[in-house]
Amino acid sequence: MLNLILRRVALTVPTFVALMFVTFVAVRLVPGDPIEARTGERGIAPERLAQLRHELGLDQPVWRQFLDYIYGLLHGDFGVSIVTKTPVLHEFLILFPATLELAFCALVFAVVLGVPAGVLAAVKRGSVLDHSVMTVALAGYSMPIFWWGLLLIMFMSEYLGLTPVSGRMDLINYYFEPVTGFMLIDSLLSGQEGAFGAAAAHLVLPSIVLGTIPLAVIARMTRSSMLEVLGEDYVRTARAKGLSPLRVVGLHTLRNALIPVVTVVGLQTGTLLAGAVLTETIFAWPGVGKWLIESISRRDYPALQGGIMLISAIVILVNLIVDMLYVAINPRIRHG
Amino acid sequence: MPAFHAKAALAAAMLTALCAPSYAAKTLVYCSEGSPENFTPALNTTGTSFDAARPAYNQLVEFERGSTKVIPGLAESWTVSDDGKELTFKLRKGVKFHSGVNGFTPSRDFNADDVIFTFDRMWKPENPYHKVTGGAYDYFNDMGLPDLLVSIDKVDDHTVKFVLKEPNAPMLANLAMDFATIHSKEYADFLLKKGTPEQFDQIPVGTGPFSFVNYQKDAVIRYKAFPAYFEGPSKIDNLVFAITPDPTARYAKLKKGECHVMIAPNPADIAGMKTDPAVNLLSQPGLNIAYWAFNVEKPPFDKKEVRQAFNMAIDKASIIKDVYQGAGQGAINPIPPTIWSYNTEVKDYAYDPEKAKAMLAAAGVTTPLDIDLWWMPVQRPYNPNAKRIAEMMQSDLAKIGVNAKLVSYEWGEYRKRMQEGEHMTGQLGWTGDNGDPDNFFFLLGCPAARKGGQNLAKWCNKDFDALISKARSSSDLAERTKLYEQAQVIFKEDAPWFTIAHSVVYEPTRKEVVDYTVSPFGRHEFYGVELK
Amino acid sequence: MAEENAIDDPMPTAPERFVLDASGLSLGAAGVVVALTEPVGEEPSPLRAFWSAFSENRGAVLGLAVVVFIALLALFAPWVAPHSPIEQFRQSVLLPPVWAGGNWTFPFGTDAVGRDVLSRLIYGARISLGIGLSVMVVSVALGIVLGLAAAFMRGIVEVVVMRVMDMVVAIPSLVLAILIVAVLGPSLSNTIIAVTVVYLPRYVRLVRAAALAELTKEYVIAAQVAGVGRLRLMFVTVLPNCLAPLIVQAALGISDAILEAAALGFLGLGAQPPTPEWGAMLADAREFIRSAPWIVTLPGLAILVTVVAINLMGDGLRDALDPKLRRS
Repeated sequence: MLNLILRRVALTVPTFVALMFVTFVAVRLVPGDPIEARTGERGIAPERLAQLRHELGLDQPVWRQFLDYIYGLLHGDFGVSIVTKTPVLHEFLILFPATLELAFCALVFAVVLGVPAGVLAAVKRGSVLDHSVMTVALAGYSMPIFWWGLLLIMFMSEYLGLTPVSGRMDLINYYFEPVTGFMLIDSLLSGQEGAFGAAAAHLVLPSIVLGTIPLAVIARMTRSSMLEVLGEDYVRTARAKGLSPLRVVGLHTLRNALIPVVTVVGLQTGTLLAGAVLTETIFAWPGVGKWLIESISRRDYPALQGGIMLISAIVILVNLIVDMLYVAINPRIRHG
Repeated sequence: MPAFHAKAALAAAMLTALCAPSYAAKTLVYCSEGSPENFTPALNTTGTSFDAARPAYNQLVEFERGSTKVIPGLAESWTVSDDGKELTFKLRKGVKFHSGVNGFTPSRDFNADDVIFTFDRMWKPENPYHKVTGGAYDYFNDMGLPDLLVSIDKVDDHTVKFVLKEPNAPMLANLAMDFATIHSKEYADFLLKKGTPEQFDQIPVGTGPFSFVNYQKDAVIRYKAFPAYFEGPSKIDNLVFAITPDPTARYAKLKKGECHVMIAPNPADIAGMKTDPAVNLLSQPGLNIAYWAFNVEKPPFDKKEVRQAFNMAIDKASIIKDVYQGAGQGAINPIPPTIWSYNTEVKDYAYDPEKAKAMLAAAGVTTPLDIDLWWMPVQRPYNPNAKRIAEMMQSDLAKIGVNAKLVSYEWGEYRKRMQEGEHMTGQLGWTGDNGDPDNFFFLLGCPAARKGGQNLAKWCNKDFDALISKARSSSDLAERTKLYEQAQVIFKEDAPWFTIAHSVVYEPTRKEVVDYTVSPFGRHEFYGVELK
Repeated sequence: MAEENAIDDPMPTAPERFVLDASGLSLGAAGVVVALTEPVGEEPSPLRAFWSAFSENRGAVLGLAVVVFIALLALFAPWVAPHSPIEQFRQSVLLPPVWAGGNWTFPFGTDAVGRDVLSRLIYGARISLGIGLSVMVVSVALGIVLGLAAAFMRGIVEVVVMRVMDMVVAIPSLVLAILIVAVLGPSLSNTIIAVTVVYLPRYVRLVRAAALAELTKEYVIAAQVAGVGRLRLMFVTVLPNCLAPLIVQAALGISDAILEAAALGFLGLGAQPPTPEWGAMLADAREFIRSAPWIVTLPGLAILVTVVAINLMGDGLRDALDPKLRRS
């Protein structure tokens, strides 16, 4: 097992370095200039532009900049955002909890709804229930989520008034210093009555929007995986022995059926982080996805570079963990 | 930081303990559109960043809330020497800086050292803060202050003298702009000693009506009222900026009471806001112009008749109706009507495609004529949707046999290429900084027509240029007015621009907000505002 | 870089190109089906067997019907659409659809500058289907070449190809797509390139895995022993037997590409004005969500319906082509 992990990690390292270099070059190929992008109608004099570019090291050849960057990285320095002049790692660490909290809630939403729906659909195969679950899943899977988000805000928040419109917290009635950066936890720590509820309410719509596609994928996957397992001999035997269908489902089937589902859930992490870009933009959610998009439009090379690198590292890491988990819960692979 | 938290918490606890039964904090939430780059206005160029820092600060002189009038700020009075080269400010006494922010407790009141420090930072490379946070002092440099200033002298603790190379009429108004915000020298020294000078631009300490509490990137900026503010404490206790980039979401939040004031509504929502019982829709003509420049260096736009024909080919009324949705008025002159010297005699070209077509033919232009039409990829205060305007112009031009190809670039790139003169025709605009006509007219002067200059029509008319140069150096208002009025006549006749519109700035507030006013500069100010 | 940031020409040329793509694809798909089922060779007519399996699934047939309908609309847009998609009727700006008090001249109403929404949706089908098909064709072709190369050559080729794919997968797809479009400049063709890059790894991985599995099978070894050339072995012997999952993936890939392209359009990075791309239409209309909800709702619905139909069809394809899941 340890060997396997080490091998996988070793394989990942060169990929990661290459990825770093490619993004480094790519972000600098984007036409435009971080300094020009910041100036308004007034513009900037060529001499001052040259001077500022020099101060940022942007007049160096790209390979030189890359080496400097790597040198900084080896010393734990991810560079400084051109726009805010704050260290990139610092910005990332402030924004990432928001993204993580949202992604986590979306995943919980998707699993809590998706797995039972998939199981029920499989057990009641061919029934109206099965058809409706699959139809909803298909629609969810096909949903342009930016549109879905707009519709939900209009309907749930504005028309029905059930949920807050955007943001992470009720700013009028509550205030507490961020401790962990996770609003749910911070609101509990603050000890203010109702704060947790307010934080949770703000998570509802974004989680639904972000969780829609994973929900659909998980429901479909659970269903087909269940169907496959239900068709296997030992399940038939168990049924023949007179065990009730529910008991069969509960004890024997579910565990085996869930193995591929775990993989799918893991792979959805990438989807969640990618989907977070749109969801965060729509809900003014102060996370990493929105920050990356804004960094592209501001040509903030260090922020973009560092952000892509850190997010990719997390995606790679999660995939690694999922693989390991898969091996761990699936005895058939372990010795293979 | 921790010490401050503990103290603040203690203070808050005591406060709640003391007045718990009847105390309800008044929190005003402002839905802003973006994150500030930092909290030092001198380093920034965007209204978003200025707005975010403004609650904490004051300037020597200030713009009266909701107008372009210059009034005393930290300086209670000023005198101009007879030769116009010396500006002497008498500073207000007993002005306190915020205490307890970022562990800093001021030991003295505001004085001349703070003024000297503020300008030295921007001006003198040897100032220890000159390089901090990138050290790009765009406004200070763009307003020509390094060339204009001879010295800034401390006469005594409460008198400061600005010595200029030459008389400059707009100087006073310049000092009311955000870049001239006065900082605390003592706070600067404190951070330098602590070894964290970069915090100076992240955690603001000033003399302003609100003191900084905290900023969560891309989410919230929080201020609380400064009880010792020299003009008396604010009527609201907490001021919160909820950063909400999407205008649709901003309005939804306003409707639900999640914020009280919002910036930049969708033009399409304005009609609905007018009838919304929860909302007060305030408005003020903006100090701006949106225009479409014809590059006179690229034929056929070197011909005046062609430019005039293009002026007649566009249905301006439709643009105002469908793009501005009424939140704008068709522009005739290159300056907005709210600025003095606006010439009401000048008449706009009437929309007349037939005549335009005939004029083109008379000017020897063969149709179909292929041109490019540039549109900026971003929303600006003077132009809610350059893309839609471009689409409408394209459709109008097709009717006179002109094929316009729509072109756009990333914003910085776009502006740069236009300044280089790569376009044939292109949209841009201008927002006034200080209410002086020269702040608009220089856009059309000969010096700005150089490659890389701000004159996007690359139009250099000697008569026009002579008029505006003369007006700039004069300090006689009546004479300046006359000169600018003549310049507008030449401009309209020569038609280097199609003047699109002056936008009207709309700001919806909730009904419980009292005494909020819309600024012609697009500033958002909350001192003096109350919540019912 | 990207001097041609300028806008793609409005309508005339692009759609024809897509139309060619479309017919090319359907031929290709039919051919593929024949080739695929040939080696099985048990049933009398493989095409008919496939069809009977496919048509058993009512959802799939419905999906197919909708897809065909939309494709026909796209093909015959100039004849079907009541108006030009870019003509502005200034007297009829923001007209509601006919069921909400509009008139039959503009059945689905008009947009902010008075263009007929129905016509824009119909022409938009050309763009969206065109993007979906182009992305699918390019990524399937590249996926086959790279995947087979990785499976057959092993060694350094495999390492490089697969690590590059890992790299692509590690970056959030939309961020990567936006970055590519930012580098190349926003336009329809660059959208296609960006989305292709984002989705390429799926195809490469799939082809490689399928080919690796086939390589251990006896018929391949037999062919190798018989001295069949490597290229022939790759494309003639092995490839047809890897096609079933590839076809399924390709069908579903079209819908994903349409969604991704619409997201780019929504962020203002896809098709440039006045091209009636659905995502861009949605973005343009966003400000009218209160005052004129139909111009926001309709493009979203168009995307949803198209994508659902393609996915239904794709599910049907999988059920029909994948013997493991075929009902016993």
